[in-house]
Amino acid sequence: MSIEIRNISKTFGAFKALDDVSLSVGSGELVALLGPSGSGKTTILRIIAGLEQPDSGKGEILFNNEDMGEKHVSSRGVGFVFQHYALFRHMSVFENIAFGLNVKKRAERPDKGYIRAKVQELLKLIQLEDLAGRYPHQLSGGQRQRVALARALAVEPKVLLLDEPFGALDAKVRKDLRTWLRNLHDKLHVTSLFVTHDQEEALEVADRVVITNLGKIEQVGTPDEVFHHPASEFVMNFLGDVNTFHGRIDEGTVSFNSIEIPLSENHSQRKGQATVFIRPYDVTIDTTKPADLPALEAKVLRINAAGALVRVELVTDLGKNLTSEISQERFSSLAIEVGGKVYVRPRHIRIFTQ
Amino acid sequence: MVLFTGARISIEEFWLRAVADPRVFASYRLSFGASFLAALLNLFFGFIVAWVLIRYDFWGKRFVDAIVDLPFALPTAVSGIALTTLYAHTGWIGALFAPFDIKIAYALPGIVIAMTLVGLPFVVRTVQPALESLEVEMEEAASCLGATRWQVFRYVILPTVLPALLTGFAMAFARAIGEFGSVYFIAGNMPYKTEIAPLLVLIRLEQFDYVGATAIGVVMLIAAFFLLLIINLLQWWSRKYQI
Amino acid sequence: MASLNSSKTMPLGMPITSNREAAFIRILLIGIALFFLGMFLVMPLILVFGYAFRDGFAAYLSSFTSGESLAAIKLTLITAAIVVPLNTLFGVAAAWAIGKFEFKGKTFLITLIDLPFAVSPIIAGLIFVLLFGSLGFLGPWLLERNFQIIFATPGIVIATMFVTAPFVVRELIPLMQAQGNEQEQAALTLGASGWKTFWLVTLPSIKWGLIYGIILTNARAMGEFGAVSVVSGHIRGLTNTMPLHIEILYNDYQMTAAFAVASLLAFLAVITLVVRLLIEWKNSRDNALAIREAQQEYQS
Repeated sequence: MSIEIRNISKTFGAFKALDDVSLSVGSGELVALLGPSGSGKTTILRIIAGLEQPDSGKGEILFNNEDMGEKHVSSRGVGFVFQHYALFRHMSVFENIAFGLNVKKRAERPDKGYIRAKVQELLKLIQLEDLAGRYPHQLSGGQRQRVALARALAVEPKVLLLDEPFGALDAKVRKDLRTWLRNLHDKLHVTSLFVTHDQEEALEVADRVVITNLGKIEQVGTPDEVFHHPASEFVMNFLGDVNTFHGRIDEGTVSFNSIEIPLSENHSQRKGQATVFIRPYDVTIDTTKPADLPALEAKVLRINAAGALVRVELVTDLGKNLTSEISQERFSSLAIEVGGKVYVRPRHIRIFTQ
Repeated sequence: MVLFTGARISIEEFWLRAVADPRVFASYRLSFGASFLAALLNLFFGFIVAWVLIRYDFWGKRFVDAIVDLPFALPTAVSGIALTTLYAHTGWIGALFAPFDIKIAYALPGIVIAMTLVGLPFVVRTVQPALESLEVEMEEAASCLGATRWQVFRYVILPTVLPALLTGFAMAFARAIGEFGSVYFIAGNMPYKTEIAPLLVLIRLEQFDYVGATAIGVVMLIAAFFLLLIINLLQWWSRKYQI
Repeated sequence: MASLNSSKTMPLGMPITSNREAAFIRILLIGIALFFLGMFLVMPLILVFGYAFRDGFAAYLSSFTSGESLAAIKLTLITAAIVVPLNTLFGVAAAWAIGKFEFKGKTFLITLIDLPFAVSPIIAGLIFVLLFGSLGFLGPWLLERNFQIIFATPGIVIATMFVTAPFVVRELIPLMQAQGNEQEQAALTLGASGWKTFWLVTLPSIKWGLIYGIILTNARAMGEFGAVSVVSGHIRGLTNTMPLHIEILYNDYQMTAAFAVASLLAFLAVITLVVRLLIEWKNSRDNALAIREAQQEYQS
């Protein structure tokens, strides 16, 4: 079931949550909506589900090219998982999962035997077979979310929407469930769209990532694409750590801080103010000045060697703070100390101009 | 307190005076019966009022919300004479029913109306917080799963606010049983027919029949404590499923 | 008091839009609610004022000039003047203890405070008669000291105090609980004395709840009928409060006078509601401001 939304806008009072947004999700894809709070990602999700209506007169919502705009939320066949689970407190786990099947119209309602079998099957899928008789207040956060997922899947939705599904859970549980969700998706192949503000989660789990900001979509692409080839300053800044410099482009070189770097052919025509972005792992450190490559002088401020990579905080000769990430091996071979003078060289930079 | 009041009567005499006496028994039947009806009325309409105040927006909503507290602030004697005058055969509303020979004041309907008035805030004020704390997401989840609006109400909303509803009912019930002022005027106070239990206590006291008054008082106290117990149980029950 | 202002909205104050019942059901329910309230609350209230002024303003005023009326008004005012301050002090102290601390017997205290609510005012009166009446428990002891409680003013005051005790407490407990201990502890560490802390830190935060509690207590104190009926002896001119006086006037078929006195108390009740309205309105304004500020923060 493919999902497509075209030219959707949504205003709440004076606040414009979505500004002419269009998006396409292929059948069976697992797509992440990633962005800061208030950027509109949850609104997109809720509009697809039918829990919100887009500003009238404009835009379309299509499932497999069928217009859903007029359909009530209860007939869209959408499974929705909420951040705070929204389990029915007064019903057991079994009753929660069976709910969607129990409320079907008499003509379509399956018999008790079928429902029982289906619920058992789902309990097995979420690995909670023994908890059928428990109540939500007797479950942990991770267990509740799995029940919420099973409940959504019970009615065999064509589309699965998850609103910050792991946002309310501890870090460790979050990571475990993340992997579990990916595996589940690979098994079931239900078109899924999930909202998160946790980039690690989005980049790790999704087939494609949609970056939102201030009611607009900044970029859509695979995790690799958005991370290594960001389409805008915002995306570059938002994903991962980055060092930012302000400089100028002129005559085929970009100058910032105290170095000049020649630009490749296709960029050498540009001229004017520029913002230069360098990822920490693209900042190499040398103890001696490199012969013919542009490099900056810097002083080491702090070293944090607890982790897969070593983080080195530096300050340039012009007083700008800079972060570098180098491998443990490189760090040992360099033997630098806090307060020492080093030379830093960017291996790869991205430039955005106005 | 119960000990105090019960101090002077032997069990036998207690039974005789407090229960076996037909006039006393008639007053119990009236007090408890009418209170029950009044509490039911409050349950139904009070729920609607609470629902409308919490979920909908309309002009003057704030005034409506404030006026729910009127029975708290208005002296029972005032509401007593007002209701009686209103529903008597010469009153604004009573006159509408006079041609059909339906008596409201000085009969059971009037008593129920007065009792409903005093219990009105209880259901509304108990249900309001329960409705407020209802997670919107639960309703949305139910809708996504295919439930119609009625099904959402019946299977999700109602069960969740049920403890609050019942608590409000019990409180309104307890209040109505003990109510004196507003019922006294409208009841007519005919023994065996429209005499409420509190009035009988007062009459006995004025006759210096302390024992008789105390006997009835003990029964009413027991009923009150019993209801209090139920209310506490209900509140415990509602907390049990809190996440 | 349940807050009207957090009515079913998402974060940032956005209302739920699409998951609602049909418009006609909404209108029907609102209509039923308004009809119910109108019949039971508004009409009687209007009637009180209507009948009070039925014979004109002069007749209205003359209802208050009879000796008995004045005595009743005076007694009511005296009772209120004693009961309200005492119950306020008690209420603040009890709410402060209950809302901020854990101690042995706390549940018992809470139940005790709710007692006047559960017990019929007649029974409350009965208990006091049994305690203080001439044939009662303490009767002979009091007789010796020539101190009369029942069928005299002290009895009325005590009975009224018992019946109106819970109001200030119940109003303040949630406020005390919400504020918690931290602000006060901060004040104490900064060097403020216990009394100063209470005056400058605790009191302002409960200000509005306290005002409402006092006004409500006053309305209830002046309007108490059942308990006072039992305890007062109905001695005209001596132990009649306003509500009892209303009863007398009404039974004597002096309708206008009865409703005139009643209208005073009804007016007091309306004032009580107005105060509550003002408090709600002020709260909602503060909330709306906070919501708007949060929205702006998100947009930037």
